[in-house]
This record gives sequence, structure tokens and C-alpha cells, in this order.
Amino acid sequence: MSLAPPDPVLVLESLAYRWPGEAGVCLAIDQFQVAAGEQVFFQGESGSGKSTLLNLVAGVLVPQQGRVTALGQTLSSLSAAARDRFRVDHMGIIFQQFNLIPYLSVLDNVLLPTRFSLRRQERAGEGGQDLRQAAAALLTHLDLDETLWGRQATRLSVGQQQRVAAARALIGRPEILIADEPTSALDAARQAAFLDLLRRECAAAGSALLFVSHDQRLAAGFDRQVHMDEINSLPPPQAGEHPEGHIGRGEGKVRKGAGAVDSTPSLSPSPSPRGGGGPI
Amino acid sequence: MIHLLPLAVKSAWNRRYTLALTVIAIALSVTLLLGIERLRQDAREGFAQAVSGTDLIVGARSSPLQLLLYSVFRIGEATHNLGWDSVEALAAHPAVAWTIPVSLGDSHRGFPVLGTTGAYFEHFRYGDKQPLVLAQGRPFAGLFQAVLGAEVARQLGYKPGDRLTLAHGLGTEGLTEHGDKPFTVVGILAPTGTPVDRTLHISLESLEAIHLDWQGGAPLPGLAIPAELVQKFDLTPKSVTAVLVGLKSRTGVFAMQRFVSSYRDEALMGVLPGVALSQLWDMLAVAERVLLAVSALVVAVSFAGLVAVILAGLGERRRELAILRSVGARPGDILALLAFEGAAVTLVAALAGTALWVALAAVLGPWVQTHYGLALSVALPGLAELKLLGAVVALGTAASLLPGWRAYRLSLADGLTPRV
Repeated sequence: MSLAPPDPVLVLESLAYRWPGEAGVCLAIDQFQVAAGEQVFFQGESGSGKSTLLNLVAGVLVPQQGRVTALGQTLSSLSAAARDRFRVDHMGIIFQQFNLIPYLSVLDNVLLPTRFSLRRQERAGEGGQDLRQAAAALLTHLDLDETLWGRQATRLSVGQQQRVAAARALIGRPEILIADEPTSALDAARQAAFLDLLRRECAAAGSALLFVSHDQRLAAGFDRQVHMDEINSLPPPQAGEHPEGHIGRGEGKVRKGAGAVDSTPSLSPSPSPRGGGGPI
Repeated sequence: MIHLLPLAVKSAWNRRYTLALTVIAIALSVTLLLGIERLRQDAREGFAQAVSGTDLIVGARSSPLQLLLYSVFRIGEATHNLGWDSVEALAAHPAVAWTIPVSLGDSHRGFPVLGTTGAYFEHFRYGDKQPLVLAQGRPFAGLFQAVLGAEVARQLGYKPGDRLTLAHGLGTEGLTEHGDKPFTVVGILAPTGTPVDRTLHISLESLEAIHLDWQGGAPLPGLAIPAELVQKFDLTPKSVTAVLVGLKSRTGVFAMQRFVSSYRDEALMGVLPGVALSQLWDMLAVAERVLLAVSALVVAVSFAGLVAVILAGLGERRRELAILRSVGARPGDILALLAFEGAAVTLVAALAGTALWVALAAVLGPWVQTHYGLALSVALPGLAELKLLGAVVALGTAASLLPGWRAYRLSLADGLTPRV
């Protein structure tokens, strides 16, 4: 296939990102690569820039300097619409929680990316199976009983919902799977079980896994463990200069939230109220 | 975009109770809008159809509008009459095809009584030059016979053969009855939707006869002429209220008008019904515009409601929209999703409102006709209403673009994770 992922799937070069309206750069990465199928664990405290990093990788944010290259494609050279298309074609995303569309069944939730991406649809249907079979296979692998498939997504437990989200991220075997604290709403026993399933399925799909967490205990079993401080070449910010750096993300976002439209995107998964920081 | 359709439908179904309220609100305003519009049209039509085929209305010189009001709409009273000599002179004029002398002033239980001649049933036209048709019985042929308008007969429950007495003057209270000379109903006219329906028609001779023993609007004391004896008197009317004139050729209407206004024996005037009608309608145009403004406001308010509902729902939908974004929906898709929903809601509401209006008109139409004399036409929306409905749907779609635009901005701002 012409779109076969080159090695590596992700290259970050001379990257610097500054939130619009902020004085200083909050994330600077000289060089970082992820190989095809590699499973990378990013560890970092709140505000260490890991959410910003995932936003940049997903093409939601565009760096002011340097470039993000995914599968040989420089994201910043694409239009916003093209980045949207590239994202759904090649990336699966799992959030911390509230991943599912409440009014759709489990199966319909899993099939969502195939509705928006012809490529994901084709890849899901490889091997002669139809889309439903592909979704069923994933759900079965992720230990979701068939009796649950027709249910409304919101009727499931949080752990079940996260497995549905994983199935949705994996359908059509995207080259890159981004998981932003997907286990933080689960208890310890389920965290481990979920991680095992996720890593196993990523390996089966051949997807590179970019897993972000503040919890170092989850790192076992990953090909590589990266601490944000190791790749973020930014010196520790001065107080008041870039809140993203050390005050804590919540307060940092409050100021950005009040900015212009393109000043607020974030992949950070916390859906909890953050001091009224929303732009509404 | 087509892949969004099932999603939009399921999403709307998920919020069906909120949306149902919005649909009801808009449907009611559509019903109101259609109702007002139809009332307006029916009022205007009923108005314009009151008389047709009459080239000139001739009366004593006063105000043209007043002449029209009492001779056609039976509203108000004539201050002066015109003499019978003048009527005969008009009828004898070579350009005149026919004349219908009419005399007003008496009433029966609130309905006006019109004294006229047989020419009335032969030449009077209303609506689209439609002649009067008798639903039952026959025209009056002698003294003390009455032909009732459809509404009079329906409301008072008269049928041919029934007897009734007339009252002197108009109104319902404190009138002196012509109790000694009762009338017999000989005919009932088919409904016309014009003031004819509310009129009792008698011959000019009958009108003369019941006033033989009267003077100055009251019975003469000590003088009572029994009904059997009135035939011994000359019952030729001395004057009438107005004359409806039909010409042999319409082109002569202005010459005829000049003839009337320069008539030597009496101060007369001739009014062209079409001109006077449109003058009168112009006076009512303010009310018409007020009606239109009210319906426009009603629609505006319900669209403000639509926008408010969608905007309020946006807060709780940000998560949903962000998930759609993360699985590949573009900001434009989000905009389309909301605009589509707005359009669908308005369309459903417009259809529901129309259905409600048709049902209401069918059920309440007779009641409105009875109590307000307004004939509501029960019909599916015509071209004008369809245009109106189209405008409503277009406006609704446009109104939902506002929250759609807001959702578009939010979905850009939220990226993949909204702060909700």
C-alpha cells in the first residue's frame, strides 16, 4: 500500500510552541522520534507540557517553530481541514473519560471513524470482513460481551466505556494511537487490565502507541519510557511567565481560555471544571 | 455531509423533549401567522367581493365613503335620501341598463332591512360577478313578503312561511315595532359571504306600506291603517336611500357620473364602487399592517426561542461535538449538523403548524362565522401561504446558523477536549 508507514511514524524537530497571548514558550523539543509500532510511555507532572505535546502530534495545534512530521507528512504544511482528515485517517485518540457519544450504541460508537474516513473504512474491511465484523472482533478482544454491543454507550461502566473507546481508536488500524490519561478514571486493578489489553491490541494492529500519564507505575511493559523533562529542553519557567510550566494547568488555561478562538485548543483530557476557565 | 444525517437524527432523538417544545412553540406561531394571514385575506376578499358589476352608486350628495358604507355594507345611516323622480330619471337615461333602488332604515332583530325592487335579484352581482341565488322559496312578489339572507335565516332559524315583524330604525334595543303589519318569509338566499347574507329584503312598496301611518319616525297617534287596507293607497315610494346603476357600456361611466353630479333637480352624486372600496380599504390598511407586524413579531419571537434553545443546548453538546471532531468531523460538519437540525425543526414545525391551522379552521370556522361574521375559508395553504411557510423555514435555517456558527467556533477552540 502506498501509504505504508515509513519508519519512523513520528518525527519532532526543533519544536517550539507558545500559547497565543503568552509571553514565553511552554514546550521546546529538539529532536524526538517514534518508530512504527513502538509503544512509548510519556510521564510528566501536570503542566509539564505533555498535553500540549499530544495536541501538536494530533495536528490540533501548530508549532510556531520547528515541525511535526507524521508518516512522512509535515502537519504544519497542511490546511486545517487537511489536518482534520489526516488525523482521522491515521490516528486514534482515547481521552481520559467521556469518550463516547451518549446516544449511539456501543457498536455505532466504535464504527464512528469509519463513517468519516474512507481509509479507516477500507482498512477495517481488509481480509474480507465487513465493518461490523471488524468492530465485533475488536470488542471481543477487549473483553466486551456481545450483549453490551447494542446498548447505549452511557449505560456501560466507566471501565467498559474506556474499552469501547479503545476499540474505536483502533478500528481501521491507524498508525498512531494517542491515549491521554485513559486509565485515570479506573481503579488500580482495572488500570493494569486495560493497559494490557490496549498494548496487546495496538501490537496486533501495528499501531504506535503514545501513552501519556502522570503515573509512573503504569510504565512497565512499554518499549520506551520518556519523562517530559528529558525531551522538553525548555529551562524551568520564571514565575508568572508561563503558567503552563509550573503553576498548574488549570490556572494556565484560564487565561488562555479567555483569548481568541485559536488560542484555546487543547488535547488535555480533563473534563472536570477547571476554575471556570471555559470560554463560554 | 450525508454521513452526518443519521447522526443528526439520532442526536435530535436523544434531545427529543427539548426539541419537541421548540417545535410546538414554532408550530403555534406558524398557526398564528397563517391564521392572521388568512383572516387578513378573507377580510380583504370579503370586502372587495361585497359588490361587483355595479357601475355607479347614486345617492344624495354627501360623503362617497358613507354612501358606500350604507348602500353596500349597511353600516351607518343615510342623512339624505334621493327623490323617486330622480330614480325614474336615472332609469330612463339612455346609457343606463338597469337600476336597483335601495331603501334602508328598518331592521329585524339587529339585521338590516333593505327595501328594493325585483331588479335586485335580477341584476345585483357580488364576488366574481356572481348573481344572487335563492336556496329556498322565491323572490318577493307582493306586499309583506320578505326574502332573507342566508345568515339571517340560519341564525334566527327562519324558513319559508314563517312570519316576522320589522322594527323601525337600526339596532336591537328600544325600537318601535311595525307589529301591525307582519311579513311572511317567501325566500331564503344562498350564502354569499357578503353583507347580503345579513340582510332582509322586502319590496319598496312594502316599506312604504308599513310607514303609511307614520310620520317623523313614529306612529301617528290615532291613525292605524290595517294591513288589508294599505293597497288602497298609492305605495309608490317618495324617496330611496341610494340607487345602484348598471350601464350598457362601462366606458360611459364617467359621463354618467358627470350627469349625476350636475343633475339639476336634486343634489346628487355618483360613486364608482371600485374606487370607493379601495379608498375604504386604504383606511383599513393601518389595521392590516398592524396585523402583519404582529405576525412578524410572533415569528421573530419564536425564532429567538429556537436560537436560545439551540444555544443553551450547545453547552451540554460540546463534549459530543468534540468527540465527533476527534473521530474526523470537520468544523464545517459541526456547523452543518446544527444548521440541519434547525432547518429540520423549523420544517417539522411549519408542517405541524399548518396542520393545526387547517384543523382549527375546520373546527372553529362555523363558530367564527356565527359570532364574527367572518367566513374562514378552510383550505390547504395557497401560493401566498406556501411562500410564507417557505420564508419561515428559510428564516429558521438562517436563525440556526447563529448557534451553528458558535458551535463551529467552539469546536475550533475546544480542539479535541472542551472545557465543560
